[in-house]
Amino acid sequence: MSPTVLQPTALPPDPSPAAAPDQVPLRERVASQLQRRGALAVLVLVAAIASATSSTFPTWSNISSILGNNAFVWLLALGMTFVIMTGGIDLSVGSMYALGGVLAAYGAHTGGTWLALLLPLAVGAAWGTLQGLLVARAGMAPFIVTLAGLLGARGLLQALTNEGATTYLVPANSAFRSFGAGTWTPVVIVAALFVAGSLLLTRTRFGATLTALGGNENATRLMGLPVARTKTLVYLLSGTLAATAGALGSARLGSGVTTIGVGYELTAIASVVIGGTLLTGGSGSIGGTLNGVLLLAVIHNLIDHYFSQYGSAFTDTVNGGFLALVVLLQTLLSRTQQLS
Amino acid sequence: MSADAWASSVRDRDRLLHLLQEYGVYAALTLLFAVAVGLDTSFLSVSNVRIQLFQVAPTLLVALGMALVIGTEGIDLSVGAVIALSAAIVPLYLGYGLPLAMAIALLLGAVCGAVGGAMVALTRIQPIVATLSLMIGVRGLAELFNGDSAKPVTDSALLALGSDSFAGVPLMAWIAAGCALLAGLVVRRTTFGRQLVAIGDNRQASRLSGLPVRRVLIAVYVLSGVLAALAGVMIVGHGAEADPANQGLTMELSAITAVVVGGTPLSGGRVRVLGTVAGAHFMQLIAAVLTQHNVPASYTQIIEAAIICFAVYASQERGTR
Repeated sequence: MSPTVLQPTALPPDPSPAAAPDQVPLRERVASQLQRRGALAVLVLVAAIASATSSTFPTWSNISSILGNNAFVWLLALGMTFVIMTGGIDLSVGSMYALGGVLAAYGAHTGGTWLALLLPLAVGAAWGTLQGLLVARAGMAPFIVTLAGLLGARGLLQALTNEGATTYLVPANSAFRSFGAGTWTPVVIVAALFVAGSLLLTRTRFGATLTALGGNENATRLMGLPVARTKTLVYLLSGTLAATAGALGSARLGSGVTTIGVGYELTAIASVVIGGTLLTGGSGSIGGTLNGVLLLAVIHNLIDHYFSQYGSAFTDTVNGGFLALVVLLQTLLSRTQQLS
Repeated sequence: MSADAWASSVRDRDRLLHLLQEYGVYAALTLLFAVAVGLDTSFLSVSNVRIQLFQVAPTLLVALGMALVIGTEGIDLSVGAVIALSAAIVPLYLGYGLPLAMAIALLLGAVCGAVGGAMVALTRIQPIVATLSLMIGVRGLAELFNGDSAKPVTDSALLALGSDSFAGVPLMAWIAAGCALLAGLVVRRTTFGRQLVAIGDNRQASRLSGLPVRRVLIAVYVLSGVLAALAGVMIVGHGAEADPANQGLTMELSAITAVVVGGTPLSGGRVRVLGTVAGAHFMQLIAAVLTQHNVPASYTQIIEAAIICFAVYASQERGTR
């Protein structure tokens, strides 16, 4: 719109159509870069300011507590990225996280390490498949299916634990506990899953199909791609990852905490959106989600440090405001890109 | 089976689904009521009916606002948080009398609705995300206003609003009934109601035909916020305490359930006020019957989840899409 923006396109004479992709207007290029890498830029900025002004922030004990305590919850955002890429949403992950934790503790309590790992995986996969089938085959709105899923999984958890009265403990000598111990084990597990997720999204047919699906479902169906199967698999993946996260979380905490996980779906959605994945689907990246979760974790750490007297209510307020701001910015940025 | 017979059986199925969508909730409500009375005749006692009315009134208020929002193909997840905000604000201003405290609570509800509505209408953010951010942020704000613990409420006017009756029926139920009547009139008899439904049906076409899309959308979310704030005041009055950390939790879910069970499609373009009233009562009765027969809360939750799924499936519009 302004003269400076038009200059690069106006100056060189257009020799061939092949040169056309280079001539995307500056404004549009900036907008697209901001949307994709904005979270990373803000993350670097916030971390730099925090390191410069606070003596405790850049210490290893603080960083390891940020990483070790939060890493498993980031898996919810990983699964959510896939779901949101298809234009859907999965509100059941918070309940699934809690259910996975209780199942793992129950498994470790009764059967040992293998049962502790397999039971949550199986239940998470089954629950996710059920939700996926309702979305993909019955054509129901994702948010209402997973909202019912949120309620149902929480109910299942309550039924398993005598209405929350029984807390299953992971035996102190169980090998299962080692999955959640220290800083490095959680970080390595979560990093490996993020890398696997990124490869799945960018290098496989499944990833290409789900991206296409989020871009234009009708076109994808007309191209003969397996729309219903891909959608079902996406919810299966999200449910399994959430249950896994819960299981690993209970390995760290040493028990299946029944009241955990309320509202985690909101943080997961916020991380994905902050990471630059479009809520309408079809565009996004796992790397962006990683930036999103790190940014939120650093901000929460700073809030806990500076505003601890206000408690978690202040964190919630900032969370909500931040999410609104980012979504607003994203909408404006993507509009800038479409206008030209 | 001949093609003809097959076609007619499909037609029968479609007609059945259509009937289910139109009248299912009334039939289910009647059946449930009959079962409840059959299991235990004391269900009909005046005290029990009054308890049910007290409990259903706030949900119904919120559900009415939600029905309007869903009619525009939107959703308002912030209603529970607005209830919490209203619960946090009322005790702060009760010293100036109930009318002023209530006015401020309703005003803040309207502001929350306006913010959500503006995000939806002006910047075209999806309703679910716009109101999600409000849901998180506003509840945090409410807890900040209130402080750590629940506050007891002793103001006699507010307690009277929450527990008194007029002609044997709780005041809260009268207010909810009045609002339902108003909502019905708005949807059926006013330009605003027609515009709201038109926008839910096809926003693009409504905009092109010159309807004030943005204004109507914002107004709808403001209405939802005000109704939720009113429900919050009632909840505080009935419970005699203000507890923003817990009051209104999962209210958005109950309200959406009531609307959906009442046969309003989530795809917008239709608002069923009477259906919503029946839906709210149905969910209230289900919970009451299960609780009164000692079914654990966990099973109640699972059953409610199944009912939501079934109701959404039945109320879906079946077309070529």
